[in-house]
Amino acid sequence: MRADIKIKVCMGPGGIAKGGADVIEAIKKEINSTGKKAMIEKRCSLHQVGCLGFCAKDVLVEVIINGNKTTYEHIKPDMIPRIVKEHLVEGKPVTEWAVGEEYRNFHKKQIKVVLSHCGEIDPEDINAYIAAGGYEAAKKALTSMSPEKVVEVVNASKLRGRGGAGFPTGLKWELSLKIKSEVKYIICNGDEGDPGAFMDRSVMEGDPHSIIEGMIICAKATMSQHGFIYVRAEYPLAVKRLQLAIDQCYEAGLLGKNILGTGCNFDLKIFQGAGAFVCGEATALMRSIEGKRGMPTPKLWRSAVKGLWDKPTVLNNVETFANVPQIILKGADWFRNLGTERSGGTKVFALTGKVKNAGLIEVPLGISLREIIYDIGGGIEGDRKFKAVQTGGPSGGCIPAGFLDIEVDYEPLALAGSIMGSGGMIVLDETDCMVNTAKFFLEFTQAESCGKCTPCRIGTKRLLEILERITSGKGKKGDIELLEELSEDIKATSLCGLGMTAPNPVLSTIKYFRNEYEAHIIDKKCPAAVCKDLIKYFILEKVCKGCGACKRVCPADAIRGIKKKPHRIDSNLCVKCGTCFYACKFKAIMKI
Amino acid sequence: MEKKLEKILKNYVKDECNIISTLQDVQEILGYIPEEAINFLSKKLDIPASRLFGIITFYSQFHLKPRGENIITICRGTACHVNGSERLINRLLIELEIPPGGDTTDDLRFTAEKVNCVGTCSMAPVVIINKRVHGEMTTDKLIKEIKILKGKR
Ligand SMILES: Cc1cc2nc3c(=O)[nH]c(=O)nc-3n(C[C@H](O)[C@H](O)[C@H](O)COP(=O)(O)O)c2cc1C
Ligand code: FES
Repeated sequence: MRADIKIKVCMGPGGIAKGGADVIEAIKKEINSTGKKAMIEKRCSLHQVGCLGFCAKDVLVEVIINGNKTTYEHIKPDMIPRIVKEHLVEGKPVTEWAVGEEYRNFHKKQIKVVLSHCGEIDPEDINAYIAAGGYEAAKKALTSMSPEKVVEVVNASKLRGRGGAGFPTGLKWELSLKIKSEVKYIICNGDEGDPGAFMDRSVMEGDPHSIIEGMIICAKATMSQHGFIYVRAEYPLAVKRLQLAIDQCYEAGLLGKNILGTGCNFDLKIFQGAGAFVCGEATALMRSIEGKRGMPTPKLWRSAVKGLWDKPTVLNNVETFANVPQIILKGADWFRNLGTERSGGTKVFALTGKVKNAGLIEVPLGISLREIIYDIGGGIEGDRKFKAVQTGGPSGGCIPAGFLDIEVDYEPLALAGSIMGSGGMIVLDETDCMVNTAKFFLEFTQAESCGKCTPCRIGTKRLLEILERITSGKGKKGDIELLEELSEDIKATSLCGLGMTAPNPVLSTIKYFRNEYEAHIIDKKCPAAVCKDLIKYFILEKVCKGCGACKRVCPADAIRGIKKKPHRIDSNLCVKCGTCFYACKFKAIMKI
Repeated sequence: MEKKLEKILKNYVKDECNIISTLQDVQEILGYIPEEAINFLSKKLDIPASRLFGIITFYSQFHLKPRGENIITICRGTACHVNGSERLINRLLIELEIPPGGDTTDDLRFTAEKVNCVGTCSMAPVVIINKRVHGEMTTDKLIKEIKILKGKR
């Protein structure tokens, strides 16, 4: 029997950055080389696929022969000849390069709904999407469901907005449906401004058609004819793949006039952002599409009543839309049962920071943080001690170890002082300073504040100044209370979500790590040895071998010593950049 | 320059939402948005120059000054921050001798800039050197890359 061979190469964000394209070239070259070509070419297909999830092990390559799948990790072009020869031609997988137990554990507790196609199909090929059941849901909604029925199903599924706030999606659509208007808009929010998050990017690049299909269904449900996908400037590949997908849809009659002969019209365009975090906020995003400065406007009306160009508008996140086709196809009950009582379905997270298995994961809502970090993430890098997990980006907070067993859902996370957010999950360990973390987020929000309202523009600046003072050893008694008071004021009086949530990182770190703040202010010490002005580098003479590695890398010429004799750091010259600390192979450099 | 701008304007549909896209095209071709280009567009499109200026300064993607031949972008997202991106920036600024507050070397050979998140957080810290994404960056590797670029010419 002739074997059917499929090769899939991860070309998600991680795969591309680690040289996925070179791997694909190497495979092509190897397959086409004499001899092998005749043996396997006609039965072998090579696909680029979206993110396979376990980015820490990229480039990942899957080889599937007659349905038997072998996944290879850390693949480089020079490893390809051996895989082609032994596995493809001789049928013996190269087991030493295949993924192990860790890879299986990483996937064990995950359930893939939004990411079900991601890593399975070629995102640039509409036929691959259709072959996997794509556009069946759109067909069903367009031909056999009324708008009210679609809204009813989405309502019953308990799908909530994945952009962070968790507003029930069905309810939003219902509001829009009830408004009578000639022109209505649908917008997909692909701004993904939270730093440390790449869920939406992976979906836009890995499975663009699922978003378009979700939007077509939403168009039916709300009787809208125009749509926009707002994509962040930093994601050129997402723009390219979405545009390709849209073009293919127009060609296939899935977008445009009289879709699939049902009389429904829906036009879809991409709008590219230009680099402003606040544009992820609903009203700012609409002003940006209108060609203005992306500044939020007071919400006198819901967007469903007056949004883009003052017309009724539904705005949903990328992941929210990507869930919809499966809900229509598999039913509201199926989706609801995946999640918790309050929220249906799954959530995609970008698990990063000090965790062993960093990557893109999708878990059922209601799973515990501990399961995510220890079972899927494999625990903390270097088996150091866990300190906190940061969710919700600059609008969220830091959750300490005591809360590791809470359910991952909108309300429990809010109770713990953070928010669900869009899905960034950054793990911090004992070497991270919490005051510095709060300062980091305030630097971000202060820079990204659009400046329209005073509490946010000036308040975040003052918060940042106090934090800078504390981290440089100039903190005063009463600073903690001042931070708390100012934070509450900013939350209460800002115009948009950016200002209202900006103090969260400060408040949550004070709540759980007050002792670290006190150590900085009273003892003038940074317990995690992070804050530059409060630490000193020195060399342990007994451990130093005098190899000179530190001396060579020091940008300030602050290290003295003769070869093979212990070296010394001149603290007057030291700029505390930390380069030597990481250059020393003998762990002879200490910081306190 | 006028010819290039005329060409861009040909694709411009007189519909407000295209201003941002038009400016993106201008920057793509000229590398930055010079004052003359703003005045030119303002006249041709009958939009006050102040409005264009307002849009350009609002979005971090737009630049009013010429940029270096080589562009080094260091990610300042959360994942990269906890994995030491601050160290990379400090070291890079020292290496390139860029004065505090600036981002481009005097000879216009290098621009060092920050970005909020590149979207490849699982390989933090991330640095983009002339559009190529490098993950798991260290100060050593970064300085090596810079030395190679410095040597080229
Ligand atoms: C400052 C700020 C930034 C935001 N950034 C994003 C974003 O990048 N992506 C997103 O989907 N929603 C973002 N949101 C939330 C949106 O305003 C909006 O609630 C969401 O897109 C609605 O979609 P959903 O109901 O599907 O979540 C942001 C909100 C604020 C206040
Ligand atoms: S935080 Fe640096 S790539 Fe996301």
